[in-house]
Amino acid sequence: MYVELRGINKHFGAYQASRDVSFGIEEGNLAALLGPSGSGKTTILRMIAGLESPDSGDIFIDGARVNDLPSSKRGIGFVFQNYALFRYMTVFDNIGFGLSVQKTPRAELAARVEELLRLIGMEGMERRYPAQLSGGQKQRVAFARALAPNPRLLLLDEPFAAIDAKVRQGLRSWLRGMISRLGLTSIFVTHDQAEAIEVADEIIVTNAGRVEQKGRPVELYKSPATPFVARFVGDSAPIGDIGRLKGFDGADADVSGVVSGAIRPEFIKIFAPGESVQCESAVEAAVVESVIFRGDALEVSLILKDTRLSARYPLEKETIAAGQKIRALVYCLYAFEGGRTRLLHNACLGRQHDAYSYSI
Amino acid sequence: MRTKANTWTARALIGASVLFILVMLALPLAMILSEALHAGWSAYWKAISDSYTLKAAHLTLTATAAAVVLNAVFGLAAAWAITRFEFPGKRLLTTIIDIPFAVSPVIAGLVFILTFGRLGWMNPILTAYDIKIVFATPGIVIATVFITFPFVAREIIPVLEARGNDEEQAAALMGAGFFTIFRKITFPHIRWALLYSVILCTARAMGEFGAVSVVSGHLRGKTNTLPLHVEILYNEYQFTAAFAVASLLAAAAIVILVARNIVEYMVKKEDGGHVR
Ligand SMILES: Nc1ncnc2c1ncn2[C@@H]1O[C@H](COP(=O)(O)OP(=O)(O)OP(=O)(O)O)[C@@H](O)[C@H]1O
Ligand SMILES: [Mg+2]
Repeated sequence: MYVELRGINKHFGAYQASRDVSFGIEEGNLAALLGPSGSGKTTILRMIAGLESPDSGDIFIDGARVNDLPSSKRGIGFVFQNYALFRYMTVFDNIGFGLSVQKTPRAELAARVEELLRLIGMEGMERRYPAQLSGGQKQRVAFARALAPNPRLLLLDEPFAAIDAKVRQGLRSWLRGMISRLGLTSIFVTHDQAEAIEVADEIIVTNAGRVEQKGRPVELYKSPATPFVARFVGDSAPIGDIGRLKGFDGADADVSGVVSGAIRPEFIKIFAPGESVQCESAVEAAVVESVIFRGDALEVSLILKDTRLSARYPLEKETIAAGQKIRALVYCLYAFEGGRTRLLHNACLGRQHDAYSYSI
Repeated sequence: MRTKANTWTARALIGASVLFILVMLALPLAMILSEALHAGWSAYWKAISDSYTLKAAHLTLTATAAAVVLNAVFGLAAAWAITRFEFPGKRLLTTIIDIPFAVSPVIAGLVFILTFGRLGWMNPILTAYDIKIVFATPGIVIATVFITFPFVAREIIPVLEARGNDEEQAAALMGAGFFTIFRKITFPHIRWALLYSVILCTARAMGEFGAVSVVSGHLRGKTNTLPLHVEILYNEYQFTAAFAVASLLAAAAIVILVARNIVEYMVKKEDGGHVR
């Protein structure tokens, strides 16, 4: 592991912002710290950077414990949440700041700044002040400023949060491409799960100061370890008592007592009006609440046993409309038991199937 | 939007304010000038070029300069400490900064007499090293510094607070030292506020009477500042001279007022985000 946190705890007064946080990141990977607002993402990032010190626990970078190393000696590039560009300096001086502090010769500094300006596609703007830049340009300058001294680790706090949706999309893939091209180990903070899934090699999900799960995006999506991850990553609808659904009520499903859970849209199959039904005994009656066209499929919101669920419905099948009574089969669901998440399959299908092998 | 002043209430309020300003400010100012020039320009010139007047002016400028420099340094340090660090006693420090505004200047003067005077607890040490504070220039400087201490800190604290410290953190993370950070990042941001507070500090320091009066001892040509000099001349029935010296202070006040307005405009412009 190139970056590793072991048993980190951090209090602000009586409030505990980090609880026994441990995770590691491989060299060259782009990792996302994903969690809701206030879950302690920024705190973790700031501790890695040395802007905050943990109450207990160890931080390692490239095999060496860095707890007692001042932030300027850790070799870290940091992109702040609101960029924190130096507003009384030009773009050139902003990008060159780290090098000028290190007393880099003028010519070398200018060459490096030019190189970075080209990298971020902002040649000719070096005389501007931050106030004269758009949000996306500021973000790129902040990125270049962090890269200039050749850091060994890049930390980005919500790099896209302050940018409007259209520009954000382009900037995301730009940043993704840039980081993989440079092969720079990076950690970025986000509370947007779609962003984390799209950009990151690995995701660390935080909640209330704890790490809930760490894994590749597809792992988190397919096998969420905790109820929180099941709800937070990807779309899912909560369900109060899974035992009320046919196929999840028997001993076959290992269910005892009232167990809550969540169902992803792709876990449900909606049958067209005349369509022949598989697994007859487990099919439920439901009412279509609304239908939204999503390009490749219809997104159907349906009421099934008083629970609102979301499902997909292919375009080529006979169309359905709001208010219509339909039949649906829940293939599988996440059952929440004792703080863990378990994928349960409908009893009528047997248990050896992979949930994702079904097609809608 | 402001509405046009055409109601009776508006007219009455405006009339009252104008009248008040005329009676309380403009008339006295005009009086000073007319009395000062009452006996003609040569008498005026004689009064202000008098050696005691010049010495008083010199002392006033010395005390003002000392107050401005010391308060700018300590005020900045205090504002920085209060906005950038967490430390025990921070609240207390914030409160203490305001004390000079809260206590009467005369009381402040008395405190210095009780500390540094002949019966003061510091006196043995001071006599041992042959240092004179009370009834001497250092006393006047100390009193002036004390009275004007809050201006700089009070003006800078909100500016630093409003801005947060990410830029400074970003610079520190890249290895910049304290002085680089201050010079390149913090100072450009507070320079107008600092200048503004220095101007206020100057105005107050030049006009200070109460505290200085107590520690001065009124030794003509030695511990007399301009405001004290005006009082002495007046008490000696040298009205022309008294008003001539007063007109100097009034002129300084007007210059300061103009400077203040210009700086205020610059501060506003900067706050509006139009940097350069
Ligand atoms: N300097 C501080 N003093 C006191 N409390 C703090 C401080 N910094 C953070 N906290 C608290 O710690 C908790 C975690 O904060 P943190 O900034 O790490 O959250 P976050 O996950 O980055 O949230 P967001 O997505 O809103 O930025 C919050 O409840 C916050 O109020
Ligand atoms: Mg944050």
